[in-house]
Amino acid sequence: MKPDQEPIEKADGPAGRAGERVELRLYVAGQKPRSLAAIDNLRRICEENLKGRYTIEVIDLLQSPHLARVDQIVAIPTLVKKLPPPLRRIIGDLSNSERVLIGLDIRPVDSTGADHES
Amino acid sequence: MNAPTAKEPEPRTSGPRRLEKVPTGIQGLDEITYGGLPRGRTTLVCGGPGCGKTLMALEFLVHGATRFGEPGVFITFEETAGELATNGASVGFDLAALEADRKLAVDHVRIERSEIEESGEYDLEGLFIRIGFAIDSIGARRVAIDTLEVLFAGLPNPGILRAELRRLFRWLKEKGLTAIVTAERGGNGLTRHGLEEYISDCVLTLDQRVSDQISTRRLRVVKYRGSAHDTDEVPFLIDEGGLSVLPISSLGLDHQAPTSRSSSGIPDLDTMLGGGGFFRGSAVLVSGGAGTGKTSVAASFARRACSEGKRCLFFTFEESSSQVVRNMRSIGIDLAPLMEQDLLQFRSSRPSAGGLEVHLARMHRLVADFEPEVVVIDPITNLLTVGTASELRSMLTRVMDLFKARQITTLLTSLTSATLPSPETSDVSISSLADTWILVREIESDGERNRELYILKSRGMAHSNQVREFRLTDQGIELIDVYLGTEGMPVGSAREARMIRDDKAAQERKHEAQRLQQRMARRRAAVRAQIDALNAELEVEEEELRRAIEREHLSEGEMVRDEARMAAMRRVDLRVPDGNPRRTARP
Repeated sequence: MKPDQEPIEKADGPAGRAGERVELRLYVAGQKPRSLAAIDNLRRICEENLKGRYTIEVIDLLQSPHLARVDQIVAIPTLVKKLPPPLRRIIGDLSNSERVLIGLDIRPVDSTGADHES
Repeated sequence: MNAPTAKEPEPRTSGPRRLEKVPTGIQGLDEITYGGLPRGRTTLVCGGPGCGKTLMALEFLVHGATRFGEPGVFITFEETAGELATNGASVGFDLAALEADRKLAVDHVRIERSEIEESGEYDLEGLFIRIGFAIDSIGARRVAIDTLEVLFAGLPNPGILRAELRRLFRWLKEKGLTAIVTAERGGNGLTRHGLEEYISDCVLTLDQRVSDQISTRRLRVVKYRGSAHDTDEVPFLIDEGGLSVLPISSLGLDHQAPTSRSSSGIPDLDTMLGGGGFFRGSAVLVSGGAGTGKTSVAASFARRACSEGKRCLFFTFEESSSQVVRNMRSIGIDLAPLMEQDLLQFRSSRPSAGGLEVHLARMHRLVADFEPEVVVIDPITNLLTVGTASELRSMLTRVMDLFKARQITTLLTSLTSATLPSPETSDVSISSLADTWILVREIESDGERNRELYILKSRGMAHSNQVREFRLTDQGIELIDVYLGTEGMPVGSAREARMIRDDKAAQERKHEAQRLQQRMARRRAAVRAQIDALNAELEVEEEELRRAIEREHLSEGEMVRDEARMAAMRRVDLRVPDGNPRRTARP
């Protein structure tokens, strides 16, 4: 399962809080505003919270429609957290950062160490 | 179908063109929709769980792919492709082969609520892309989506979903795809999530109801924009042949009435029916109490039909086929070889195997498959255990319409109650359906029971009005000649006794006649002897008379001679009277 496109962004860095790498895949359809917004939002959230330990692959289903079936995509945009398990899906333009982090099971950076209720 | 439409306002959205239809290939469904589903539109199929929605959608695609050259896409939300293939195999569909032939594409859309989080606005473009990709990969003309409502459970924000579904149906229409969308029944409307709001071209409901522990599936065309359709609930059946809908209301009373006959298998009965037997395509009712020989009459008919090369379908609700075969063998009717030649088929089932409509649908299906010329239902009254008399009557009306339309000769047996005053009364509800009504009964007299048979009615033929005694012999059914006398019609051993008595009387009469004849002969001989004696006497007298005359002649001649001699002696010049002077005077 090799996506046709080069990942738009690939950021490596030293291991973070748990030393885990986070592999993300974002499915979009064309250059619609909602898709573009999702890419921007995701990039921002990752930079803020997962700096140096995440991978983002953006897949345009208009160009590789067969992947919609293979990866069980229904809604657009869909962000799939492939690693670490469990697999999670977050649908929408990712405008709600808090929900994205909950979905990714990541604690926000600015509250690291604090007893924080999500 | 196009009635004069002068008064009708402008045709609606469909324009002046008649709505084009796509045959589903599902038996009966195309008949009640007058041709199938609307082409290029989406049809909503709704119903409760286990109603057969998925099967209907699947059949629509499989028939489309195999029979109508229209490849199809199956989008399944509930079952995996593997489960679907297994389900398809149960009704004889090989989905894997169809997929390999690129006639079918199956896409299982799995939505797991627990792994989905929502953040912001989304749309269902992914689903559109998947469906579009599947359609393009095989050039599909048909789509089935089973069942969309899983989306409501799996994805948040119903508002978005509704807007997207509306877009989906519009999109399918724009692509010119004929689609079936299934939905769960529930809520206040037809479907739990009100999909009928979006799909308004054609709506079918499937339903499964249980009454008296017997479930019956029914289908109804709720709505069919731009087309006539039957609005009644019609029963349908799911069996190893798939789904079949019974188009009951499309049948009517316009079937042909053939004049050719079909022998009853009992020569004497044929004679009673004015020769030849039953009309082909007619309905024959044989009613009688328990053990009167109804099944035997039916078996005789079946055997005869098969021996003429006709196919016969024998429904029995009382006995298994081997039981019927064994029992009929005892009266010399061997049905087994006919079954081996596939001329005779038995269908044995308990009446409780399904509701009346299930039985009806099954008969419909079997008749369509086997195409018999003769059908026997034995006994029809057993079906009363799963329905009321009026329901049975209504079912039989449909059965008869169906059979008559196919010109099938039908023989129904009917068990009548012994407690009713007359066997006729118990059958009035179904007798009017019968063209020929034969009653068999047992009469108890002089300590024995004897079987009798008579024809109560037989439309369109001069039939005998005789009550005939009949016997089950090891050669089959035998009607015994009517034995009528001054003391009514005796049967059984009474008839035998009467016959013996009457025989004796006849013998005596015969002897008397012989005696008279002999006496006459003797008298004739005596008279003849007398005549002979008199004749002989007469002859003697005649002889005497002749002799007397002879003597007379003789003595006269002698006298002349003697006179002449005397004269010569006296020398008398005597002329000989004959002028011959023999002795003239001598000197």
